[in-house]
Amino acid sequence: MSGPGAPALEVDGVSAAYGPYRALFDVSFRVPVGSVVALLGSNGAGKSTVARVVSGLLPSTSGTIRLGDEDVTGWPAHRVARAGMAHVPEGRGIFASLSVEENLVVAFRQRAGRRQVASALERAYQAFPILGERRKQRGGTLSGGQQRLLSLAKVLVVPPRVLVADELSLGLAPVVVDAVYDGLRSINAAGTAILVVEQQVDRALDLAHGAVVLEHGSVAFVGLAQNALAAVERVLAMRGEQGSVHAG
Amino acid sequence: MANFLGYAVPGIPYGCTYALFAVGLVLTYQATGVFNFAFAAQAYVSAYLFMYFTQNGDLPTWAAFIVSVVVIAPLLGWLLDYFLFRRIPNTQVMAKVVTGISLLVGIPSLLTVAFGSQNLTDAPSILFSPNVVYFHLFGLEQVPIDGIFLSTVVVTVVALVALVILIRFTSLGLKMRAAVESRRLVQLDGVNATKVVGSAWMIAGLFAGLAGVLLAPQFAVLQSQNYITLMVTAIAAAAWGVLRSMPIAAGVAVVLGIVELIAQGYLPTGGFLYDAVLPVLPMIVLVAALLLMPGMRTIEHARDPLASVDPPTPPISSTLRSPTMDRIIKTGWWALLAVFVISMLSWVPRTWENVFNQGIAFSVIFLSITLITGMGGQLSLAQATLAGVGAFTAGQLALHLGLNLLVGGIVGAAAAAVVAVLLALLSLRLKGLGLALMTLAAGLVFTLAVFPRPSVSETTNGIALQSKWIGLGIFNPNGRAFFILGMIVLTVVTLGIIQVRKGTVGSYLTALRGSETAASGIGINPSRQRVMIFALSGAVAGIGGTLYSIQQTHVTPNVFGYQFSLVFVVVVVTTGVSTVEGAIQAGIGLTLFEQIVTYLPGRFGGNSLVFVFFAFGALTYASHPEGVLEFQRRRWTGRFDRLLFTKDDLGNPSAGSGGGVPTPPAPPTAATLPGVAPGVVAPAAPGAGAENRFELPYHG
Amino acid sequence: MVDPPASWSVPQTTAPPTLGPLFGRRTQPGQLLGDPGPLLVVRGVSKYFGGVQAVRNVTFAVDPCESVGLVGPNGAGKTTLFNCVCGQLRPEEGSIEFVGTDLGRLPTYRRARLGIGRTYQRVEVFSDMTVREHVLVAERARKGDGRLWRDLCNLGSPSVEERTKVEMVLETVGLTAVADTPVSALGLGMCRLVELGRALVGEPRLLMADEPSSGLDEHETSDLAGVLRMLQAERGMAVLLVEHDLAMVNEVVDRTIVMDLGQVIAEGTFDQVMSDPHVRHAYLGRAG
Repeated sequence: MSGPGAPALEVDGVSAAYGPYRALFDVSFRVPVGSVVALLGSNGAGKSTVARVVSGLLPSTSGTIRLGDEDVTGWPAHRVARAGMAHVPEGRGIFASLSVEENLVVAFRQRAGRRQVASALERAYQAFPILGERRKQRGGTLSGGQQRLLSLAKVLVVPPRVLVADELSLGLAPVVVDAVYDGLRSINAAGTAILVVEQQVDRALDLAHGAVVLEHGSVAFVGLAQNALAAVERVLAMRGEQGSVHAG
Repeated sequence: MANFLGYAVPGIPYGCTYALFAVGLVLTYQATGVFNFAFAAQAYVSAYLFMYFTQNGDLPTWAAFIVSVVVIAPLLGWLLDYFLFRRIPNTQVMAKVVTGISLLVGIPSLLTVAFGSQNLTDAPSILFSPNVVYFHLFGLEQVPIDGIFLSTVVVTVVALVALVILIRFTSLGLKMRAAVESRRLVQLDGVNATKVVGSAWMIAGLFAGLAGVLLAPQFAVLQSQNYITLMVTAIAAAAWGVLRSMPIAAGVAVVLGIVELIAQGYLPTGGFLYDAVLPVLPMIVLVAALLLMPGMRTIEHARDPLASVDPPTPPISSTLRSPTMDRIIKTGWWALLAVFVISMLSWVPRTWENVFNQGIAFSVIFLSITLITGMGGQLSLAQATLAGVGAFTAGQLALHLGLNLLVGGIVGAAAAAVVAVLLALLSLRLKGLGLALMTLAAGLVFTLAVFPRPSVSETTNGIALQSKWIGLGIFNPNGRAFFILGMIVLTVVTLGIIQVRKGTVGSYLTALRGSETAASGIGINPSRQRVMIFALSGAVAGIGGTLYSIQQTHVTPNVFGYQFSLVFVVVVVTTGVSTVEGAIQAGIGLTLFEQIVTYLPGRFGGNSLVFVFFAFGALTYASHPEGVLEFQRRRWTGRFDRLLFTKDDLGNPSAGSGGGVPTPPAPPTAATLPGVAPGVVAPAAPGAGAENRFELPYHG
Repeated sequence: MVDPPASWSVPQTTAPPTLGPLFGRRTQPGQLLGDPGPLLVVRGVSKYFGGVQAVRNVTFAVDPCESVGLVGPNGAGKTTLFNCVCGQLRPEEGSIEFVGTDLGRLPTYRRARLGIGRTYQRVEVFSDMTVREHVLVAERARKGDGRLWRDLCNLGSPSVEERTKVEMVLETVGLTAVADTPVSALGLGMCRLVELGRALVGEPRLLMADEPSSGLDEHETSDLAGVLRMLQAERGMAVLLVEHDLAMVNEVVDRTIVMDLGQVIAEGTFDQVMSDPHVRHAYLGRAG
């Protein structure tokens, strides 16, 4: 467990690359215990890369990542997950070929423990009745919104220590996005620290306590959420000028 | 009725071994996402070691069984995963197929190299004594049940039941099914995907070993080809279950075994059906499945939602060298060519003339692979077959009409193109794996049923060509006249391919390789382009086949067998499938290497060593799709470039075909331009971990 | 921001039928004859996936030079409908007509040559090509299949005419500076512009843009909206836009069609449909 004062998640001087393409340069920030931090920036700034490095999907080329007291740098994703990290990836985060129930079982076996699977399933179906109705249906046949709910159900029912939520609102109708953010609020209230990767700046800042703004793979701003908006606007304005230089 | 049962019942053990194979293939595919072409080789390894230990090592049967099936078979499966398949991103279908085929070619050759040529006969049977008749089914004299029958059926049933329970009802089975869709996603759920996939490979390996040992007593002499043919039968069964359903795969496999034996019993020996249809029955079943099962067309559609975590596939053809270096290399090539031609025409000894002549003929055949795979982006496993169609057409025209072989060669090219077009039309809706299977089936049909026909090959040794059919003194395998002919053909074909690649058709093909959806969205007709590239490739293969036959003075059915199609792919992939130089290096390299190993003592395995060498080269396809030789060449020329012209570390990018246009500042992503520096594309091997192997300079 | 025209039933008057110097060669039969018949007619189209009905009995029309937005919550069937129009999917029921001809079972590439250009929600670029090659290959493909013998006789290099046209298109979408860059080195926003340029060089009568703003930031989105608006006004090109970003839809389109659960639930100007109770219900009212 995390000691007193230690942040739930600490990223220190992390760089990363996709093969020859470098995506992150010396990124540092912290997510304090029980807080929500928004990770903002324009497309291609490296937000999803940060999420992937943090959860161990992508190895970092330098720097350290700490989850509570533990240094999880270089750990494979499943070990990071077992240490209390949950990452809801961008886009489809479920197994299309497995049934709804099997999707949940795979997740709950590890998160809740073998014995708790049945009760976790029950809670999931209570919280999301639509999933209970379709428990035998294959994940791939669900609508986009339902798939997102399913991937959230995997983490919401058994709250993790740290949740990394990547672009939860992308391609969803506003009413579904509201439901998703309500879910995030409730597990945050239950003690989960959350890193929200988001394009919809207003929505993310509404939820978050702190904010990190990325630009070209580097940190352009770290601070309180209420101060982030100015930084975001500054970053975007700069980009605009550069863009017009390109076009001209 | 008794006769019918007498024919049908012995088919059951055949069907059972097919079923073991088929289920093993489905298991590997379902649990690991790899369609494992190496399955036959894995089965062969276990059978080979089992027989080797019982006969040469004097181990008791049970001990040999434990070593070869229980220990080595799963271990081999795990090794294949650990060293190869684990490192190939799930989306790279072509890399997975090529790796499997390299293993299929390489592993049996490796055994020959390791243990020497062995004639393994009379395999022992496990559980029950092979030749003891235990009882007669229904008390009928015609239906004896012997030890082979009992062992096979009992082991198969037990293995299948155990497997179905494992996949359907256990936690490991669920994790396997999840991991096949996305290893990354299952890791996010805290599951050690690597371990899950590794255990799947071990279980599948166990199945391969089991099937291999069970099958061994059914062959007089143990040969790897038997296992490949068997695997195709198993693939046919698995395809009817869309590589998903184990019960369907097993059921179809058993029915196939029974039908084969019934047909064998009732069809008159020596008739067309017996000679030409029966041996290819499984291939017909496979082709039917590929055409009729809609699931086989979309087999690769299941996608990993987290695939974008993988580094992007390095673009194969976007090599941009510095102009100075380019000029030096080009001059070097021309000088080498001149030296080669002059040497061949003056002092090169006869044996080596033969080697180079043969190499030239191979180069032409290999250029057909450059067309279909390098430019068309399609993997064809029937190129040797198409070469054979060209050669036999030319040979038959010469034999019966006295047509000049040069003219016959052109007609043969047309014939091969027609066959290729038919193949393309049959497989229009297939891609990747489906296409590989379709062409493999076609190759087998020609190898087993067409080329051996007397009306095609005349004798078992094929058609002996006569010098009057060609004249000009060309008809001498070592001769300079042939050399000149070969060089002319090779030059014309090479220049033609370069022109096509530079032109409109080439750019359409590049577009289709990039995105078929978008290419058809701008008005490119994918089917037409595919048929065209198949036709071109077929024609070139046909010309190469005739050239090779002229050099050999024989058109022999054996040299155009399907197994050579596999070898050809492996060889060309090693030297570089995307360039014409790659094909020429492959042709010359293959014959040169074969000549060199003749100087080695026999225990090194002769040609097996060559196959092993190239198979190992092709295993690097996943990390160097441009060919490992090509990769090394680019790396070294890059180094020399920097050494000779002392560039700054940024490589002074001079990007683009336009040359004069300056490279703009990097667009607003962190990615730098790949390939603009002389260091060229040298991406990190997928899965190589955090180690930075690429040499790209960065604009940090 | 450009105000949407008051009435979408007479859109021809909002955009002049002059096609600009670049595309001067093109003829648009309907316009030359003064017959403003609809460009695209979708009539009673339904599409099923297994038991799920993704599109139900959808009917609408797009007139020449008109820009139409197709919006709706996720899973409403917009992209499915797009794929039906482009020929990647075949609807089970209904018909789709383009410039008066029934598209029927016409394959995608034939529809493209008829004048349907398209960009993709998930960027589809040719990874081995530079930006300029993208535009050039699209220019060639529009004219039909390549001639093998022309390539063999070294007649395959681009003509002066082709080169000029390619450069003009690159300039229109603002890609001249990166013309020789391989697309694999470009960011998502640039790739969307490459797709746009590739579609434009084919001189489409109808440009279908599928979520062009997804993955772009606000500035890139508004730049893109400007380009689309300009093309529609100057080139007389009809635009069918699927978009989640309602601000962009408002900026670009003359008329908006709202879909929900596979059906068209509202149609009209942006303001009209946004005040429609059905739309408000679909977007905001439904729980869960």
